[in-house]
Amino acid sequence: MTDRKIGVYICHCGGNISDYVDVKQIRDAVSRDDGVVIARTTMFACSDAAQEEMIDDIKTHQLDGLVVASCSPKLHLFTFRAVAERAGLNPYQYVQVNLREQDSWVHQHNIPEATQKGIRLVRAGLAKCVLSEPLSTMRIKTIPKVLIIGAGVAGLRAAASLADMGFAVYLIERSSKAGGMVAQWGKLFPHDRDGRALVADLHNEIKRRENITLFTSAELVEKSGSVGDFSIKIRVKEQEEISLNVGSIIVATGFDPYNPEPGEFGYGLEGVITLPQFKELLDESEGLLSYNGRRVRNITYIYCVGSRQEQTAERPNPNKYCSRYCCNAAVHSAICADALDAEVNQYHLYRDMRTYGKNELMYERAGRQGSVFVQYDESDPPLVEKTGDKLRVRVKDRLIGGEEIEIVPDLVVLVTGMVPRENQKLIDVLKLPVGRDGFFNEIHPKLRPVETVIDGVFIAGTSQGPKTLAESVASAMAAVAKSAALLMKGYVDLEPLIARVDQQRCIWCDACTDACPYGAIEKVSFEGKEIAGVIPSLCKGGGACVPVCPENALDVEGYTDKQITAMIDSMAGEVV
Amino acid sequence: MSADRAKTDGEPRVLVFSTNTISDPGIDLAGGSHMPYSPAVVVIPVPCSSGIRPSWVLHAIDAGFDGVFIAADGTDCAYLPDCTKRTGDVVQRAQSLLAEHNHNPRRLKMAAICSVCAESFQSHMEKFQAALVKLKAGQEKVVS
Repeated sequence: MTDRKIGVYICHCGGNISDYVDVKQIRDAVSRDDGVVIARTTMFACSDAAQEEMIDDIKTHQLDGLVVASCSPKLHLFTFRAVAERAGLNPYQYVQVNLREQDSWVHQHNIPEATQKGIRLVRAGLAKCVLSEPLSTMRIKTIPKVLIIGAGVAGLRAAASLADMGFAVYLIERSSKAGGMVAQWGKLFPHDRDGRALVADLHNEIKRRENITLFTSAELVEKSGSVGDFSIKIRVKEQEEISLNVGSIIVATGFDPYNPEPGEFGYGLEGVITLPQFKELLDESEGLLSYNGRRVRNITYIYCVGSRQEQTAERPNPNKYCSRYCCNAAVHSAICADALDAEVNQYHLYRDMRTYGKNELMYERAGRQGSVFVQYDESDPPLVEKTGDKLRVRVKDRLIGGEEIEIVPDLVVLVTGMVPRENQKLIDVLKLPVGRDGFFNEIHPKLRPVETVIDGVFIAGTSQGPKTLAESVASAMAAVAKSAALLMKGYVDLEPLIARVDQQRCIWCDACTDACPYGAIEKVSFEGKEIAGVIPSLCKGGGACVPVCPENALDVEGYTDKQITAMIDSMAGEVV
Repeated sequence: MSADRAKTDGEPRVLVFSTNTISDPGIDLAGGSHMPYSPAVVVIPVPCSSGIRPSWVLHAIDAGFDGVFIAADGTDCAYLPDCTKRTGDVVQRAQSLLAEHNHNPRRLKMAAICSVCAESFQSHMEKFQAALVKLKAGQEKVVS
């Protein structure tokens, strides 16, 4: 028996649920359950009228728990938490049951079974609610200052936007100059804008804003605190250390170009160069294109070098991803080469041509201007050799039945992709997870693309993964929006669904400390013994510490051992 | 709790542990796409698959579920780069626990389900339930 007083609301969702699940049967079944004071069906639980009804019920019946069985919690968890809060009920004593996406919509042809399942799901929610405890968020006053790491185009653009919103910005750059990769390039696709000029303009924009401080030859060496109020230390020119406080951090550290292995597609032979090296050659050329003093009449591009790699014994950690920008940049380079010398012959040996979106027009243009595109099979890649002083490339053209073609180019351009920049020190300081590809990991690629598990730390540009320049700036703007939304309110409430320690059970064996990658567990004293203590501002509530505890002394709030086992019992139970 | 009392049309009952940010959205997507699977499948979401206690798996089997499926974060996990290995450790320990209690360890299955893996989830449920039916038939033969 429980002395809890819980209200249960079963939503019709205008028929999305009630057309396939008998919501009245669910209501009647759970209305007799232990702890249920009131059980209702409602046409739209999220409507204003239904919310008001819930608030009225909570106040009238002095409810201390609320269960809403409706759509996925991804849609309305926060809506109903707010309902609870408005009624004076602790929002963490609210439980949402997913009766639509995980019941009515997947069992449309079996109403009796869907209804039986619905009863079990609601009872599981009820079991969780009965064992819920009031929890409090930790409110932190936010500091209206932002640290941006990396002064490439993404970082520069983010700094200018945040400064315009009134935030103070500290922009730090590891190298001696701002601008990143783009500062080294001339014409950029698709509009031929000069990269150096673009960076110079952005740099001037930065100088014009008094609330931006740019530190070059600087790196982040320490970070403590939490979202809204980070204490950071930056080291400038390997000497001076500066301590600052910021409310959020944007990581825009960029990428490194892939550096081919010696011998990879002939790399190391004279006349075999990478795409960035070819870009440099194009940018420096005036008049006809020449390499090492010899006119270049024939160019062969080999695509997907360092991208979309297969795992082999020699290459245990391949770059499996597509680098997105390289097909576009290579085709654009061919157009630039053609502008220098219309008689140059250009052969593109590709696996798949990925000049997506508007960049397709560049591909068409290159073709019209005489570029020849030859598709090769990844299992039979082009072979680059040197005979005498001549380079020879042999490739089997998939589009003419695998017939072998031999090209004698003056220059072989390896269309190299992007690789994650070496950032181990920064990873250690920020405790920021990287994905299997080595780039920084977002929480969700579609739904939360610039947020990380470290609250208040956002990622932008190619530090997250290969992107074109336009995509890089778009992601920087997204990070700006998230950062500003966080800081403009003036405070942030930290989620209390984090790990907790059973102080009686814990014997401080240290297993949980090893399991936590965020340093959120520390040794503390309790009644004369050493036990584990959770640092609320650092714990992410992932629960990796829970199963490693030999004493079962750890739980995550909202997902405690008692709650989960009670939910299992309710779901397994007989429906009466 | 008798397992037989709570059967759904005789289909094996499966408890799925999903994860809030990765696999549960994938399972929701199956719903949003109206991709049917058995009503004998129920889901409990948790923050991360590496945080599942092996004892929950044993408890579910003892309570009457025929199988437990961990819809893991896999390499998409936002919390831990080594989530797959950690969840693998949880599975290994849970299977040992099942064996200790005379349950077939194959009643627990793990697969990474991403946030758009609706079809994959549907397919896994179908195959896992079929495997559980065979498993039960095999056990009954041994018993008889």
